[in-house]
Amino acid sequence: MAPKRIAIKDHTAEANLFARRSFIAMLLVMGMMLLLVSNLYYLQVERHEDYQTRSNGNRIKVLPVAPNRGLIYDRNGILLAENRPVFSLDVTPEEIEDLDATLASLASLLYIEQDDIDDFRENMKRQRRFKPISLKNRLSNKEVAVFSAHQHKFPGVSIEARLARHYPYGSALTHVLGYVARINKKDLQKLNEAGNEANYAATHDIGKLGVERYHEALLHGNVGYQEVEINSKGRIIRTLDFQPPTPGQDIVLNLDVKLQLEIQRQLDETRASVVALDAKTGGVLALYSNPSYDPNYFVHGISSKRYNYLLSSTDKPLINRATQGQYPPASTIKPHLALAGLEEGVIDQDTEMFDNGRYQLKNVSHVWRDWVPWGHGLVNAKKSIEVSCDFFFYDLAYHLGIDKINEHMTHFGFGDYTGIDLYEESDGNMPSRGWKKARYNEPWYIGDTISVGIGQSYWTATPLQLAKSVNALINKGERTVPQILRGKIVNGETLLEPQKSLKPIEVKNIENWNLVLASMLGVIYEPHGTARTAFANTPYISAGKTGTAQVVSIAQDETYDAEKINERHRDNAMYVGFAPYDNPEITISVALENAGGGGSQAAPIARNILDFYFQDKQEQIAKLASSTDEAQ
Amino acid sequence: MLGLIALMAVGLATIYSAGGQDLALIQRQIIRLGVAMVVMFVLAQVPILAYQRVSIYFYIVGILMLLGVLFFGVMGKGAQRWLDLGFVRFQPSEIMKLAVPMMVAWYISRDNLPPKVLNICIGFAFVAVPTLLIAKQPDLGTSLLIASSGVFVLFLAGMSWNLILLVGALASAFAPVMWFFLMKEYQKQRVLTFLNPESDPLGSGYHIIQSKIAIGSGGVEGKGWLQGTQSQLEFLPERHTDFIFAVFSEEFGLFGILGLLAIYCYIIVVGLFIAMRAQDAFCKLLAGSITLTFFVYVFVNIGMVSGLLPVVGVPLPLVSYGGTSMVTLLAGFGILMAISTQKRLLSRQ
Repeated sequence: MAPKRIAIKDHTAEANLFARRSFIAMLLVMGMMLLLVSNLYYLQVERHEDYQTRSNGNRIKVLPVAPNRGLIYDRNGILLAENRPVFSLDVTPEEIEDLDATLASLASLLYIEQDDIDDFRENMKRQRRFKPISLKNRLSNKEVAVFSAHQHKFPGVSIEARLARHYPYGSALTHVLGYVARINKKDLQKLNEAGNEANYAATHDIGKLGVERYHEALLHGNVGYQEVEINSKGRIIRTLDFQPPTPGQDIVLNLDVKLQLEIQRQLDETRASVVALDAKTGGVLALYSNPSYDPNYFVHGISSKRYNYLLSSTDKPLINRATQGQYPPASTIKPHLALAGLEEGVIDQDTEMFDNGRYQLKNVSHVWRDWVPWGHGLVNAKKSIEVSCDFFFYDLAYHLGIDKINEHMTHFGFGDYTGIDLYEESDGNMPSRGWKKARYNEPWYIGDTISVGIGQSYWTATPLQLAKSVNALINKGERTVPQILRGKIVNGETLLEPQKSLKPIEVKNIENWNLVLASMLGVIYEPHGTARTAFANTPYISAGKTGTAQVVSIAQDETYDAEKINERHRDNAMYVGFAPYDNPEITISVALENAGGGGSQAAPIARNILDFYFQDKQEQIAKLASSTDEAQ
Repeated sequence: MLGLIALMAVGLATIYSAGGQDLALIQRQIIRLGVAMVVMFVLAQVPILAYQRVSIYFYIVGILMLLGVLFFGVMGKGAQRWLDLGFVRFQPSEIMKLAVPMMVAWYISRDNLPPKVLNICIGFAFVAVPTLLIAKQPDLGTSLLIASSGVFVLFLAGMSWNLILLVGALASAFAPVMWFFLMKEYQKQRVLTFLNPESDPLGSGYHIIQSKIAIGSGGVEGKGWLQGTQSQLEFLPERHTDFIFAVFSEEFGLFGILGLLAIYCYIIVVGLFIAMRAQDAFCKLLAGSITLTFFVYVFVNIGMVSGLLPVVGVPLPLVSYGGTSMVTLLAGFGILMAISTQKRLLSRQ
């Protein structure tokens, strides 16, 4: 504290200073007020007439008109997503004399819930009386008919139609096609950030999942405008100008919906997924995740009960297992690893070793067991793939080392997004020393490498990644990108989209690639092949690889007994394959959760799907032939 | 006091017209006014010494909450301004509107006036921290109000003219830096639109054009209450909040505006008068700052609605519909009343 004497002395000086400053502030305030008033005077007196005219001319309103969303077809021209008219019952309060009586008689005529009426009254408070407010959405055809017959009794009540999305194939395509639903706050915010809100001014729904979400920009189109004249009460008198909206792009997908439906039938009640790719282009022929759900509920606002059921189900239907399910790839990646070993010169085509069922390292007590307890005996690379020998690959992984494995498997796309045109995708995990250090702060152990040799350990991959990697194998290093979009329909013609591809994998010796592919053929055609039974007597020649992935690790000296294990802890059954062998058309990847062995469970399903594919192709060729016959 | 009530009445009448004659809207506004009035009267009873003592804590709590907003804030209308305390959501930036002038006034009044250069610098720092935090939310309007409330304290405290010129020069040098590094795309857009509203008549220039048409077509006498076509036909956006002045001008004309501005001037003059007669430097500075900030509200709002200033979200004080700013404003007047009455008590003793 300053001494009191000084404080008192300063008090007057301070007061004077403050008074001076206040006075200046007062002058500034007055000056600025004058500025405001003079500007307002300019607007209201000098330019009054000008603005008066503009205000009177302000009878023209521009109303946005929503574009029709682009349609989606499968590769054979079958409609997968269409726009159907839906009807809503609209009430204009101003035109109704006795609102309560009207609502009551409407409720007796149609089924109207109390919730609808409450919502209606709530909306009425917020809107002008001459604007129609919808009382009930999604009227059934019967309700539309009933109301139409009685419409003369209800002045001020009308039925309005708008187009809403419908998915005729329901749950068969949900994970890949996705769905649209009402634009919510979050969507609006995103649209605002993208400066795109004007384009959605009249739009009701937006793509929320799958292709509908990924290709939203393509499918939506551009808003149109209707210039209308309104009277002094704001009612529309007439339309002055109409700028039609540009409808969204109609698109064609690589999907084959018949194949997709067959896959859904095959997978039945399982937790599973199947991916089928065009072996040459990477186009997605089918991509299905089970269990699925009906997307049409989401279009019209799913009830919270139904949504909670989907959300809390232990089968997790909302997840797209084909692109988001991360599974240990197990033995399905043995061909890839063998190729890495051959190309690196760690093994050659004739390298042999004796598998006694127990792989051991010097000075390490741990025993890595083969899935056949007594081993496969003398094996080389080809036979190891055919019989899915673990011993051989333990040793191969040991000699390759994790760095080389990581390098080669990264080339095949493991541990990275496939680039498919879906946002719902996981990248899986291709482990490395650096990854383990960052994730667990632990060094990489040699034991980790050995487990990686049979596609276990920290290695996870999605069924889509596996299919993509097989495509790279059969195309001898050419790398395709899985793509759902096939083309756009312009003036009735389908303009194909360019198929994306990546830089090819470097081929050191083409014989190595041929050997690996021949081994995959042997998986089916050699007497000891793991998928021999499943693929017996097919009319086409296919090749593949089975895999059985441990979900929980088994303690040393304990044997795996499916009967004793909790159902959710049973092995995942995996299968990858392609056909025909000489000129591959289709690549398939099957993953069945907790189903058991890859050869016994996944391979038969893959076979059924391939059978269907080739049979369907035969039928189409026959149909084409008969129709050309008729033409002649 | 009379002035405040007159303003509120004007506000209610205009909101009624702008909101499409919705009584529920009026009801909510009356409830808010009631709450705000209670806050005002309670604050008017608090002893001045208490204000002086809590200034620093009040300020620190405010800053902490602003940091809280930055990290845990709730998004609303594309900006992160709200803090969710479970039972209530509010904007800490509103607190700062009072905390900043209190803090600066308290700090500056510890020494004799006029303040030393060092103290002025520290004072500026007290202003700059919350201003930048709020500008980052982003809320340009509020950060502007807070900055000016703090700067007014320094100005009234007798900061030398040379320094004022220097700060002015620095501020104008800072403007291009703001433009290129700090302002978001939509904020730049607003400024560009302000410079040339006709460039995008259906997009972002729409507000300004429609608002000017509303004001201009009101003329000298106005179109009459509930008769403004611009507002009644919903050509005017944000009719009952930030652009309420346009509705008022359209319906009541230049005469109405002069009357409204007279009420504002009356309140400002009374406020400055209270400040001059206040007992000590802290009270003088705080009262002066509250009054002048009130003026900034008026000036910025009317300026933006009539096209003199770019559009920043500042309401017309006590007239615009809305809760939070109303409470802060009347809280400010509560402090003003405390300063005024307690002065009288002292002088009688």
